[in-house]
Amino acid sequence: MKIKVLFFAALREQVGAASEDIDLPGEKSTIAALRSHLAARGGAWQSALSEKKLLRFAINQDMAAPDALLKAGDEVAFFPPVTGG
Amino acid sequence: MKVLVQREDFDCGAEIEAVARGNAKVGAVASFVGLVRDINEDAAVRTMTLEHYPGMTERSIAQIVEEARMRWNVIDCTVIHRVGELIPTDRIVLVVVASGHRGDAFEACEFIMDYLKTRAPFWKKEQTPEGTRWVEARAGDDKAAARWKK
Repeated sequence: MKIKVLFFAALREQVGAASEDIDLPGEKSTIAALRSHLAARGGAWQSALSEKKLLRFAINQDMAAPDALLKAGDEVAFFPPVTGG
Repeated sequence: MKVLVQREDFDCGAEIEAVARGNAKVGAVASFVGLVRDINEDAAVRTMTLEHYPGMTERSIAQIVEEARMRWNVIDCTVIHRVGELIPTDRIVLVVVASGHRGDAFEACEFIMDYLKTRAPFWKKEQTPEGTRWVEARAGDDKAAARWKK
């Protein structure tokens, strides 16, 4: 299942990537599963995406919960809590 | 309704005029302007860089404005948020709401700001004499947004 993943702000700097096309195993997945998949790479990925880190998520530019389902072609974003305004 | 995310500054007076121009149903215009401070969390701020998620930013602000329109009498509304590099005293954000009466204008304006602070994908990075740092989200902002839950 091919998806596009985006990273923003402090998280983008920590993992050293702004976006990545990923081919996830299986036909179904969730944000939480994708997070574990990326954290399993170890190093900066593991520390930046560890469960201790407070993160927010979006699917196709709408805020989404960790248990939200992903489908092929989705644009998924990981980022720290927002600080605009 | 107007939502803009831009690097350039904006003219508050012109935007306030614009939401009421030629519409005699508008009896009140409330506005909010957010500015860059020179001190945050006890550190001097030299410059601030605002990053955002192009596309989702505009979309999320438009959804917030739509929710405000469902809850209050909003005749017109303008939201402008700047991105890129800013310095203390620069304007960051403008919210202008035109309504029939002041109660709706004040509340809708505050609601839009509270939701924008917790839902619109912007991130501030500060450059201080001690180095650069990402601004941490405040629990107070979540509380401010939560009080609008029905």
